[in-house]
Amino acid sequence: MTREITLSKAVNEAIAEEMRRDPTIFLIGEDVAEAGTPFKVLSGLVEEFGTDRVIDTPISEPGFMGMAVGAAMTGSRPIVDLMFGDFIYLVMDQLCNQAAKTHYMSGGKLKVPLVLRTNMGATRRSAAQHSQSLQAIVAHIPGLKVAMPSSAYEAKGLLKTAIRDDNPVVIFEDKLMYNDKAPVPEEEYLIPFGKANIKRAGRDITLVATSSMVQVAEAAAKILEADGISAEVIDPRTIVPLDEETILNSVRKTSRAIVIDEGHQNYGVTAEIASRISEKAFYHLDAPVIRMGAMDVPVPFSPALEDLTVPTAAKVVENARKICRGELVHAA
Amino acid sequence: MSANPKHNAEDYIRMYRQMVRIRAFEDNANQLYLSAKMPGLTHMYTGQEAVAVGICEALTAEDKITSTHRGHGHCVAKGAEFKEMFCELLGKEEGYCRGKGGSMHIADQGNGNLGANAIVGGSMGIATGSALSAKRLGNGQVTVCFFGDGATAQGLWYEVMNMAALWKLPVIYACENNGYSEYTKTAEIAAGSLTARAESFGIEAFKVDGQDVLAVNKITTELVERCRKGEGPFFLELQTYRYHGHHVGDINREYYRSKDEEADWKESRDPIKNFGKWLSEQKILTEEELGAVDSEVAAEAKAAVDYALEAPYPNAAEVDMHVFAGVEHALDYLAGGRA
Ligand SMILES: Cc1ncc(C[n+]2csc(CCOP(=O)(O)OP(=O)(O)O)c2C)c(N)n1
Ligand SMILES: [Mg+2]
Repeated sequence: MTREITLSKAVNEAIAEEMRRDPTIFLIGEDVAEAGTPFKVLSGLVEEFGTDRVIDTPISEPGFMGMAVGAAMTGSRPIVDLMFGDFIYLVMDQLCNQAAKTHYMSGGKLKVPLVLRTNMGATRRSAAQHSQSLQAIVAHIPGLKVAMPSSAYEAKGLLKTAIRDDNPVVIFEDKLMYNDKAPVPEEEYLIPFGKANIKRAGRDITLVATSSMVQVAEAAAKILEADGISAEVIDPRTIVPLDEETILNSVRKTSRAIVIDEGHQNYGVTAEIASRISEKAFYHLDAPVIRMGAMDVPVPFSPALEDLTVPTAAKVVENARKICRGELVHAA
Repeated sequence: MSANPKHNAEDYIRMYRQMVRIRAFEDNANQLYLSAKMPGLTHMYTGQEAVAVGICEALTAEDKITSTHRGHGHCVAKGAEFKEMFCELLGKEEGYCRGKGGSMHIADQGNGNLGANAIVGGSMGIATGSALSAKRLGNGQVTVCFFGDGATAQGLWYEVMNMAALWKLPVIYACENNGYSEYTKTAEIAAGSLTARAESFGIEAFKVDGQDVLAVNKITTELVERCRKGEGPFFLELQTYRYHGHHVGDINREYYRSKDEEADWKESRDPIKNFGKWLSEQKILTEEELGAVDSEVAAEAKAAVDYALEAPYPNAAEVDMHVFAGVEHALDYLAGGRA
């Protein structure tokens, strides 16, 4: 049986199901219990699992992140709720120097099975410190896995996999998608890491897109279809690990690629994926691989400016048309 | 309230007006939100006016403050104009930050407001650094660091308090304890006593009724003077209350805060009503004169809102300006172009 639920509900269900299955799992973060987070993603969990397992903290991100690392090393499986992705800067030491490296530094003896759930995404008029998409910063660090769900279905399956993983996993949910509904089976399912999803098959160009950019790519593909351009849309689902094979196979077929992610373009997720395509499918390419990330500026508050900073379907279409015609996107 | 009304009538009237201005600003901002004319969310300062005004009236325009996500009150109290503030809230070009910052990042450099901050506790380092700078430059400036009770949970505070105490920096940490950190009562997030935390660094700490503008102003005036003499830092815990929800969208909040509690603060401890009453008892202003202040301020706010609603948005070309100082357009610069 499948029903339509919101991404928020999908996350809630994934956590509840896993917490019922495994008593070592606990949730920790700010206003996660009675308030159920400002986005109401965790509503109802404290009623079922109690305040022993759904733990409200003071506004002490480095503190509770560090405690989650220690708890994970000693038999618990914490799920940390970081209210905004932008606050990842506060927990960087605990996440990147401690959680990410412990297994390696201990020669494989210690494990850190924790999940850091946080979010990303601009255009909510929340300005520069509540709008960033910082997945690239985390993906840069060896030892951390990074998942980027693109729908309610993806969010549930990826989160359940993350919770069962014996490594630190960071999940970025797009804030704008919390109320978006998608069909989700009632039966249990997991989505494995490192297996990309071909959202739409096509012949002429490959659009690799993460998180909410999958919707943008799909919208662009529809418009391009009317032009006679057939676009294949690929959702990598996890950027660490990255399913190179599915992406490369697609590009070998289409010979063209645009990579879309909402993080900053400079030194970003799009740069990484584009360069892997260029390195490994170079002789199949008919055009340079195009990166489309957020503009390399802090996210501005003013709606008149903010909307200019994110990739849109119209810009994807424009770039796709150009490279399909053999024109350069970035004239020197 | 105890003070000498004869000497300071003008100061008192200005304090009253500034508190009324903050309230009017917030009432209008809330209306803009409710009528879907303001982008995003905002955090109302209503109820806490005596804190910002009592403190900022003890400072000069050169003295610095750092502010918070609940920062409109600090901004007004430090001398900002309504027009530029409403323009900022609406993302307009004439806003204090050219629409780039919005409510949570409003700054008013000309009046010593180093800016609001959307990271709880994010300004504690900045304020302490500003005090370090003042000490090094020997300019006599004092910095006030505003933050909420919730922010006392940030480890940064303890690091900077330690250094401020070691180096006798001219900074006043002003904790506005409004009883709540988002949807959680302060008692559930703060162990022990806040003043004792500061005292453990050898910092003198004071608990003040944050609804009493004269009490706040009196202690701050003393501490500012002592800071200028090199006797800082200090800590103030100001008991206060926010009348609205955590942000304008936090409407159904009975699950964490009762309506009776809200009504009680509004009725018996309102800083503006009580100070107005005192002003008329002391024959500094009559009821009519108080009413005249209220209506002048209301007209000022309305004019500023009308202006801001009509004001233009920034030009699209501004989007990559101001990323780097000394660089006109960041995108050209990042691509190796010249500044
Ligand atoms: C580092 C950080 N963590 C969490 C938040 C989300 N947040 C915004 S305001 C707030 C509560 C702050 O409480 P307090 O310091 O008491 O200030 P008040 O809102 O009461 O004025 C929280 C948790 C944030 N903005 N920054
Ligand atoms: Mg508070």
